[in-house]
Amino acid sequence: MSRTWVTPGGVHPPENKHQSVTQPIGQLPIPEKLIIPLSQHIGAAATPCVEIGQSVLKGQVIAEATGMVSIPMHAPSSGIVSAIEHRPIAHSSGMLAPCIEITTDGADSWIEHQGISDYEHISPRKLIEMVGNAGISGMGGAGFPSAVKLNPGRQRPIDTLIVNATECEPYITADDSAIRERAGEIVEGIKILSAILDHPHHILIGIEDNKPEAIEALAPHVEGTGISVVVFPTKYPSGGEKQLIYILTGKELPSGKLPADEGVVCINIGTTYAIKRAVIDGEPLISRVTTVTGDAVATPRNYDTLIGTPVSHLLEHSQFDEQAGGRVVMGGPMMGFTLPSADVPIVKTTNCILAPSYAEIPDDEPAQPCIRCGMCAEACPASLLPQQLFWYAQAQEHDRLEAHNLFDCIECGACSYVCPSNIPLVQYYRAAKGEIRQAREEKVKSDHARDRFEFHKERIEQAEREKEAKRAARREATQQAKADHAAATANGSAAAPSKATPTGATPSSSAADIIAAAQARAAAKQASPEDQRAKLERTIASAEQRLKMAEEKLAEAISSDSGKQDQLSAAVENTRQKLEQTKSKLAELAE
Amino acid sequence: MAFKQVSSPHAHAAQNTSLVMKLVVLATIPGLLALTWQFGWGSFINVVLASVTAVCCEALIVKMRGRSISFYLGDYSAVVTAVLLGLALPPLAPWWIVVVGTVFSIVVAKQLYGGLGYNPFNPAMVGYVVLLISFPIQMTTWVAPLALLPVGTAHPGLIESLQIVFAGYSPADGVTGATPLDVFKHSSGLLVDQVYDREPLFNQAMFAGAGWEWVNLGFLLGGIILLSQRIFTWHGPVGMLGALALMSIIFWDSGSSSSPGSALMHLFSGASMMGAFFILTDPVSSAVSNRGRLLFGVLIGVLVYIIRAWGNYPDAVAFAVLLANFAAPFIDNYTLPRTYGHTDRRRATEKEED
Repeated sequence: MSRTWVTPGGVHPPENKHQSVTQPIGQLPIPEKLIIPLSQHIGAAATPCVEIGQSVLKGQVIAEATGMVSIPMHAPSSGIVSAIEHRPIAHSSGMLAPCIEITTDGADSWIEHQGISDYEHISPRKLIEMVGNAGISGMGGAGFPSAVKLNPGRQRPIDTLIVNATECEPYITADDSAIRERAGEIVEGIKILSAILDHPHHILIGIEDNKPEAIEALAPHVEGTGISVVVFPTKYPSGGEKQLIYILTGKELPSGKLPADEGVVCINIGTTYAIKRAVIDGEPLISRVTTVTGDAVATPRNYDTLIGTPVSHLLEHSQFDEQAGGRVVMGGPMMGFTLPSADVPIVKTTNCILAPSYAEIPDDEPAQPCIRCGMCAEACPASLLPQQLFWYAQAQEHDRLEAHNLFDCIECGACSYVCPSNIPLVQYYRAAKGEIRQAREEKVKSDHARDRFEFHKERIEQAEREKEAKRAARREATQQAKADHAAATANGSAAAPSKATPTGATPSSSAADIIAAAQARAAAKQASPEDQRAKLERTIASAEQRLKMAEEKLAEAISSDSGKQDQLSAAVENTRQKLEQTKSKLAELAE
Repeated sequence: MAFKQVSSPHAHAAQNTSLVMKLVVLATIPGLLALTWQFGWGSFINVVLASVTAVCCEALIVKMRGRSISFYLGDYSAVVTAVLLGLALPPLAPWWIVVVGTVFSIVVAKQLYGGLGYNPFNPAMVGYVVLLISFPIQMTTWVAPLALLPVGTAHPGLIESLQIVFAGYSPADGVTGATPLDVFKHSSGLLVDQVYDREPLFNQAMFAGAGWEWVNLGFLLGGIILLSQRIFTWHGPVGMLGALALMSIIFWDSGSSSSPGSALMHLFSGASMMGAFFILTDPVSSAVSNRGRLLFGVLIGVLVYIIRAWGNYPDAVAFAVLLANFAAPFIDNYTLPRTYGHTDRRRATEKEED
C-alpha cells in the first residue's frame, strides 16, 4: 500500500453517486443530428475540411488541427454534413461558436481504420502522433490536447505518471462505471502511456475510497505490471491536479509550474481508455461515458455518448422533468456550469449532465454580509484566505489580491460551499482574475506605446541635433572659405598662401571630397548579390528561430492559461509574415 | 427550453449565518444560568432588556438605510451583541445603563460603520467601555454571590429585581459586594495566602472566587460547545487563555503581597472565559487567519493581565479587546498562510513575490 498525504481544507458534500450506477453503461440511439464544436479543447480551434452536403463516414476527419496546440475532429457517426455555422455551445456565457452539424444516416458505417497491437516496438513519437491524430484531449477537466502533454520536448524526464481516477465531484460516476466495465482496456491504455513516457518509475492510479467496485475491477489487471492503485479517503477536491499530486507524492507543484516541470504527468483515466482505442483499435475519440443524473431525471444512468449528441437527446431518454428543477449543469455540482439550453452538444470533456430538482439544489438565497467567520479558509485546499480575497475583490484592490495569491485559486468552490452567508465567492474571484489579466494586458500595451513615443521623441531630437551640427560645420566652412578668399585677394600674387591655410584644403578640393564620400556610401549600399543573399539568408534563419521561440511561448501560455494567448498568437503571426516577406525577397534576388 | 444561469458551485452546505448567530446565543445559556444562580435575576433582565432595545435600534436604522428589515433582523447579529452586552453588565444595573449601552453598541459601533460585517470594533465591548467610562459607579457595583449573602437573606426575586432595575429601588443591604479582581486590586500588603484565608470571596470558593468560578465554568462549557460545532477555531481562545495563564505564572512572585494573583484565579475570574470564547471570537473585528487569531488572542491575554495587574481597572477584557481590534488589520498583513505551491508566506502589503 502506497503512502498518501493529506491536503489541507476540503469539504464533504453529499456524494449522491449511487443513483447513476444501478445500471451498466447504456447505449443511446444515434441522434438525428450531431453538432461538433470546432473548439472542445484548450488551444486553437480545428479547421473544417469538409463541405456542406458532403457525406462522411464514422471516424472520418471533419476538421483538422490548427497549429501545434490543437486537435482534429472526427465524425462521430456516418451521415451528411448539413451545416458549418455558429451554434450555441456549452459555455456559461451562452455564446455561439463555430460547429459542424452532421445529419446522421443511421447506418453508423465506419471509415477504414486500423490500429497496432505491438506498440512496444513503435517509437514514442509515432504513438504521440497517433494520439494527436485521434483528436484526444484531456477528458477530465480543461481538455488540454493529450499529444502536447505527452510531447517529450521538455527539460527533465517524467518519473511519475499519475492516472486520475479520483472523480471527487458529487453525482458523477462516468469514470467509476468506465473502470468497472473497461478496467482491462484502461490498464492497456496506461501501458501505452508508460511506453510513450519511456516507462516512468512510478505509475499511480489515484482513486477515492468511495469506489470499491472500481478498485476491485482494476486489481487483477494491474497485478505484476508495476502500476499501483492508490486508494485515499474521499474528500472534495482531491481530484484537482495539484491536490492529487500532493496526495500521491507529498510534493507540491510550485506556483505557476506545470506538472511536467516536476517530472510528473497527470492524466484522466477516461483519457487512458481513449488512448487505448486510438492506438490499438485505430479509433479516434468520438464518444465518451457521460453520467446523466439528478432528481429531475427519472432514470439516472451512464451512457456511452457520441460527441456532438445534443443534451436534449440525453435528457429525453432519461425522462427529464422540466418542471422539477431550474437548472441543468454540465459537470458536477461544485465546478460544473449551467447550460443555456438543452440544444448544446456533448463535448469531449462532458463527464456529466446534472439535472437537479429544486429540493436537491434550491435557488440561491440572497447573500448575507461576510462576517469573516473563516469557514472558507478552513475549507480552502490551497490555504488561501477566501474571506480576504472576497474583500479585496469587492474593493478591486489588485495588488492585495495578488499578494493574497488569487491566481493560486483553483476555483473548486469549497469556500462558497461552506459559506454561511451564501456569498458566491468563486464568481468574485473569476471576475477579479479577469480584471487583473485585462489590466496587465493594458499595462503592457501602454508601456509599449510609451516606449515607442519616447524613442520617437529621442530620434527626432537626435536628427535635430545632427542637422544643427552639420549647419554649424557648414557655417564655419563658409566663413573660413570667405576668410581665405579675402586673404588671397588681399595678398594678391603672394606665394601659395591658400595651401598654407589651417583647414589644409581649398574650397574646391573639399567639394571633391564630399562627392567622393557620397559615391563611396552609394557603393557600400549596393553590395554584391552574394553578400545580399547571405544577408537575407541570415535574416531568414534568425526569423525562423524567432518564430519557433514565439510558438513555444504560445504553447506554454496556452497550457498555463496565462491569458496572454491572443497577444502571443499575434506575435507569432507577425513573425511568420516577416519570414515570408524575407523569403520572397530572396526568391526575387535569385531570379 | 431555456435554463437558469447560475455560477458554480451549485451545492451548498446547510450552514447559514443566522444559524451560527443563534447557536452563539444558545451557547451563552450555561453562563447565563450560572450568573442567575449565583447573582440573581439581574443578568437575565439585562439580557432581555438589551435584546429588545437592540432589535428596535437595528430595525430603526435598517429602515432609515432603506434596507429590508426582515432580512437584516433575520441574521440575529443584533441579538448576539445585546446578549453579550447584557451578560457583561452588572446585574441589577439601572435600566438606562442597559439601554444607553445597547443603543451605543448597535447604532454607533455597528450600524454607523455599515452594519454587520463592517464594524472594526466589537460592538458589545464599545458599548461596555462607553458605560464604564461614563458611569463608573453603576458599572462597578456588583451583586454579591450566593455564598456571600448575609445569613437568612436571598437575592431579590424577579419582581423585586424589576423594581430595582426600572423604579430605582435600592437593593437590600449586603446584596452588593466586591468582585475577586477588586479584592486583589485593594489587598496590597497581604500575601496571597492571607487574602485567600481572610476574604470570604475566596474562602467560600472552590478554587478561584465564589460565584465567579461557576460563571466562568458556564462560559467555558458554552465555548467548548461552539468549538465542537466548529463555529470558530481554537486559536483565539487558546491564545488568550494561554497568554493570561503564562503572564500570571511569570508574575506570580510566589504569592507575595505584590502578586497580582494566581493563574487559576485569573482564568476563572471576571470576564476571562466569556471574553475568550464569546468576545474575541467575534470574527468581524478579529484577525482573519488562524495564526493571526492566535496572535490576536495572545495580545488580548497579555493586555488583560497588564491592565488587571498594573492598571486602574479591576478587569480589562473590554479594553484589551478594543485595543486588539485596532491591531487586527496590522496582524492580518503579516500572518497570511503559506499557499499551496509557494515556499514562503507572503505579506499582504508586498507587491511582488520575493
